[in-house]
Amino acid sequence: MKGPLILLERATKRYGPHTVLEAVGLKVDAGEFVALVGGSGSGKTTLLKMINGLIQPDEGRIEVAGEDVASAKPYALRRRIGYVFQEVGLFPHLSVAENIGITPRLLGWDKARAAARVDTLLDLVALPREVAARAPAALSGGQRQRVGVARALAAEPTLMLMDEPFGALDPLTRDALGSDYRALHDRLQLTTVMVTHDMAEAVLLADRIVVLGQGRILADGPPAALLRDSSDPQVRALLEAPKRQAARLNERLGA
Amino acid sequence: MSPALAAAFELLPDYLGWHVLLSVSALLLGLLISLPLAIAASRSPRLRWPVLALASLIQTVPSLALLALFYPLLLAVSALSTAWTGHGFSALGFLPSLLALTLYSVLPILRNTVTGITGLDPAVLQAADGVGMTPRQRLLQVELPLAAPMIMAGVRTAAVWTIGAATLSTPVGQTSLGNYIFAGLQTENWVSVLFGCAAAAIVAMVADQLLGLVETGARMRRRGLVIGGLAGLLVGAGAAMAPLAGLGGPATYVVGAKNFSEQYILAELMAGRLEQGGATVSRKEDLGSAVAYRALAAGELDVYVDYSGTLWTAVLGRTDNPGRQAVLSGLTTELKRRDGVLVLGSLGFENAYAFAMRADRARELGIASLEDLARQAPRLTLGTDIEFLSRPEWTSVETAYKLRFKASRSFQPTFMYRALQGGEADVISAFSSDGRIAADRLVVLADPQAAIPPYDAVILISAKRAGDRRLLDALRPLVGAIPVEAMRAANYSVDRDAGKATPAQAAQALEAAMAAEATK
Repeated sequence: MKGPLILLERATKRYGPHTVLEAVGLKVDAGEFVALVGGSGSGKTTLLKMINGLIQPDEGRIEVAGEDVASAKPYALRRRIGYVFQEVGLFPHLSVAENIGITPRLLGWDKARAAARVDTLLDLVALPREVAARAPAALSGGQRQRVGVARALAAEPTLMLMDEPFGALDPLTRDALGSDYRALHDRLQLTTVMVTHDMAEAVLLADRIVVLGQGRILADGPPAALLRDSSDPQVRALLEAPKRQAARLNERLGA
Repeated sequence: MSPALAAAFELLPDYLGWHVLLSVSALLLGLLISLPLAIAASRSPRLRWPVLALASLIQTVPSLALLALFYPLLLAVSALSTAWTGHGFSALGFLPSLLALTLYSVLPILRNTVTGITGLDPAVLQAADGVGMTPRQRLLQVELPLAAPMIMAGVRTAAVWTIGAATLSTPVGQTSLGNYIFAGLQTENWVSVLFGCAAAAIVAMVADQLLGLVETGARMRRRGLVIGGLAGLLVGAGAAMAPLAGLGGPATYVVGAKNFSEQYILAELMAGRLEQGGATVSRKEDLGSAVAYRALAAGELDVYVDYSGTLWTAVLGRTDNPGRQAVLSGLTTELKRRDGVLVLGSLGFENAYAFAMRADRARELGIASLEDLARQAPRLTLGTDIEFLSRPEWTSVETAYKLRFKASRSFQPTFMYRALQGGEADVISAFSSDGRIAADRLVVLADPQAAIPPYDAVILISAKRAGDRRLLDALRPLVGAIPVEAMRAANYSVDRDAGKATPAQAAQALEAAMAAEATK
């Protein structure tokens, strides 16, 4: 593919007098796993939602696979992009299988192809096939988010947007789901942009970390390089946090 | 089964059929209006407040008033339509009832739908956008299915309200289960009143239960329950309305009656004669005094009985009293000129407003005339029917005798007589042909200044029927044929507490008495 998969140029978003994003520029190439990190109110979720048109920028320009998001039909764009978020938002009136198969159905896939795809996806996200007929309410939190990931992957997108996808899960489930997803990313050759406030998660999963603060990009690069080169105290504090945490853990557990 | 109950059951297919047809139409129309409105309101907070406020405002208008208000409104629209297109429509009966009930059903559906949609989990809506639904797909596949239980709860409330309020369409000329209640209240036929209330309550309960099934089905996502409930509603409504299909085409003649016993009896008397001649007749009963004449003038009624004094003051707006004959001939020419209405003639008795007192009380206070009454009035309570105090006759009497009462209270005519007996009123505005005057031994006060105009009962025929031979031949024999004693006896047979006759039976007895008189 020529050019970046995602391109933001001077993207700006304001809510009244408050500027959430200030002329942000960003390029993401196909195959990258990018983590967007920053404190609350840093603009990371706004940036993510601009990529699939859930939020429109006030100024600037956003392209996905060479297409201007502003001129694309928003629903057509979103059917090509997987979207996963913390609250999952499974449709409570549909079964697990119907939830997973929703985007293929909107795209008009035939029934056999969609059904086969549901089975494939259940295997892919490591869910037993029996859950297909269940209602979302009958699943555990971790299972629900696995369904959320399967639903996002259903129409075979190459780009996945994830908004604190594992933030509400218990630590063990979170760890398991995180590494499972990273494996999927590699296996399916996806491009992933993930918002997280958990630096450890960002360092463990992503190839590239983009640090946002006060609506601007403060730092952008591979985790190790950022820690080595960045002089911004805010960035250093953020990046050193997981390291400090790991050191303290080792010390207390006597490892 | 008691004869009163049997008579009530006989009327059930017709009353129930109309009641259900009216309620179902109003509810469907209400859904058609409120659903899109609710969806628009749930999208726009700026629209939401005024829409909900307006619907709540409509709800605060008493249902009877709402029904009554649509009549003059539709009459005006119909007149405009006649002027522009040459085609009018009936402003009486089904249409005003339908519109008023529709407005009534809007609020619960509107409010529940707005609450249902705006209260949905934002995460689910974000997911709907995220998976690539168009706004329409989001509405139809996510928002409406998830809000369905809430919407159905609103439909249930609306159904119960509509079925209850539909009983109030009787006074604007629409047959409904309210006919039992209004006619029963008037003739003190409590079996009829209770029958009407029970029938309306049963219809409301059945509809509520079936809609409840649909609601539960929607909430628990059980298609079987939804289909079962809907099928039950369809079958029930279909069965209730089936008798209407058997009624054939529209009635040939429409006979009207105002809302008291004498009017029911006379309507039955005229209808019986027309039916004997092979015509089909429909009755529009319990009409308000002002509604009846306007309906006749507009051609929605073919015939009804009114009283010369009422027409003289209320329709022609006259305040003078030139005497009985002059009023009659004046009316005959004026109504013909104004509305093409034919005054066929007087039935032979008067039903005048008359001030009546209990004999013992009148003697005790030394009152025999309105002049005597005026002296004592500041210490007395006046009991009237609901419209008397706003009628020109009252103004005329009040001015002529300078009547000032301590207090005045309004009643349904039936309860007015009760109040006089019970001492809650000292003097009442009675009707001179009322059987209860003789039965209760009341004293009618003299009117030396002739302030109360004459009230000859006259048959009025609409312009379009003024040349109808069959109608005129059937009704002409009634002119001058009913003396006041006969009318009083007929009225009393319907109004008395024990051994009540139905208006139709009283009409038959009156017919028999006339036949006996003729052969004498």
